[in-house]
Amino acid sequence: MTDKISSAMYDLHHINALASRDQWMNNKHPLVKLIITVFYIAVTVSFDKYDLPGLFAMFVYPLAGFILSEISFADTLKRIRLVLPFVLLLGILNPFLDRHVIMLGGFAVRGGSISMITLILKCIFTVLAAYLLVATTPLERICYALQMLHVPEIMITQIMLMYRYIFLLINEVGRISQAYALRAPGQKGINIKAWGPLVGQLLLRTIDRGTLVYESMLLRGYSGNYDYLRERDIIKLSDLGYLAFWTALILIMRLVPVITLIGQVWNF
Amino acid sequence: MHMADALITPAVAGTMYACSAAAAAYSIKKVKEENSPEKIPVMGVMGAFVFATQMINFTIPGTGSSGHLCGGMLLSALLGPYAGFLTMIGVLLIQGLLFADGGLLALGCNVWNMAFYGCFVGTLVIWLPMMKKGFSTGKIIAASIIGCMLTLQLGAFSVTLETLCSGITELPFSVFVMTMQPIHLAIGFVEGLITAAVLVFVYNARPELLYGNADAGASSDAAAGFSYKSTIAILAICTALIGGGLSLFASSNPDGLEWSMEQVAGTAELEAEGGIYDYAAALQDTTSLLPDYAFKDSESAAGTSFSGIFGSIIVAALCMGACYVFSFFRKKKEKDI
Repeated sequence: MTDKISSAMYDLHHINALASRDQWMNNKHPLVKLIITVFYIAVTVSFDKYDLPGLFAMFVYPLAGFILSEISFADTLKRIRLVLPFVLLLGILNPFLDRHVIMLGGFAVRGGSISMITLILKCIFTVLAAYLLVATTPLERICYALQMLHVPEIMITQIMLMYRYIFLLINEVGRISQAYALRAPGQKGINIKAWGPLVGQLLLRTIDRGTLVYESMLLRGYSGNYDYLRERDIIKLSDLGYLAFWTALILIMRLVPVITLIGQVWNF
Repeated sequence: MHMADALITPAVAGTMYACSAAAAAYSIKKVKEENSPEKIPVMGVMGAFVFATQMINFTIPGTGSSGHLCGGMLLSALLGPYAGFLTMIGVLLIQGLLFADGGLLALGCNVWNMAFYGCFVGTLVIWLPMMKKGFSTGKIIAASIIGCMLTLQLGAFSVTLETLCSGITELPFSVFVMTMQPIHLAIGFVEGLITAAVLVFVYNARPELLYGNADAGASSDAAAGFSYKSTIAILAICTALIGGGLSLFASSNPDGLEWSMEQVAGTAELEAEGGIYDYAAALQDTTSLLPDYAFKDSESAAGTSFSGIFGSIIVAALCMGACYVFSFFRKKKEKDI
């Protein structure tokens, strides 16, 4: 199996294992966690590009979340590898192009340098917040939250099926890649002559599998609705408290320069 | 081409969510009208297929690089634009959630940039008109390549616009566009080739699976023929679109320059006057992040910085302390129970 496929499988199983734990954070209502995550991300990206101290205070949510959910912070940082290159590409020239002078902590610094740092921080914080959601909430419970938000059934059904079959198909793709690599050693990828037949065969099998899945669903009484999503999950008072606490804290961190104020107390 | 949450503002994200939601609502309506419930599981499984096969590296002959399938074009060539679009939304949501490739807030942008253009433009503007008089290997290859190239160009241009509207980069519009478009032209060509290879295989093995080819038994390569006229016509439209777009960039270069100058002009002018410190002093009142304790002498400045750093440490310590105390009492409570 290629590194990329192995890594994807590891990530999927790891997230699945984390999300399936019987843990305090995991047991919070999925809708509450989804709302907090989206609100946190929206507030984080709304900070001005020069507002580094304000933005920096936003680390509180991922930090608290990772401690409370007992998830390794270091392992999570590697997730940024996919989005960071493009973000860096866009921000790397800011220090050279934006020569506004900003006073930060009494020092005059280039606005571009600050905007580059805020961009990277926004990227890290938003990725961590999204990870916190998926690492504490199984995808089917996220789908349940989406259902509560009246996302159409057709979308939820296909997302659920997609997630279920991703494991199977990634394994299959891994086996195909491995079989090809063993027969064509030293090649970086799949040769042009094999592109069509190799993936095409898998595609045809997949479509047939989809049809079989549908027939099996019909035999089990599928009528267009996913009844099993109707969990006994009700929003408890503690969930509402959790929602209120984080919403208020995120708002305070957005509106009040918390770090600056606390720092002022120790302004020697 | 996946956009991260950090690259957009809530306003841009909201606008793109609204656009994508409108396209999704229309697609759901159309899929329901088709009344083929068997399509829904196939959509789910096909989404997983696209997800999985995008991990295969296809070697590009003559180069050291590799590419992957163009999901939107492939899905809509098999499922149609509406079901393909809905499937792509699922793919993008899972990519954003599980692999941090994209993001929750940027989902609307990513759906628009990749799924909308890939499925709607790719199928309704390229695939269906080209296949109107029947399918053939040549037409499938041409449609795949043209479709992928055009949709990726549109997607890349949208990425540029959304990023610039969000104001997160100082790159001038013209520079950004001229970096994004040629790269995605090459990527589109490669993705088109790979997608074509798979679709041609499907056409040879199970032609009835291709969208718009319900009467597969009746049509054949000979009957359909490869209409150079329609291919050239579509190519001409694409060229006009891309060329028109590029000329727009060319004509907007001075504007782009002015725009970028506006962003940096103040500093540049003041630097020309030799007064960066004067400017800093003037700027301090309006833009200083720490106006209450930004002192002029370095000693105080160091003290102020130290206070800021100290403030961060205190917040972090408070946060961690509170969490650990909370966890401790929660575990104790669980043990008692």
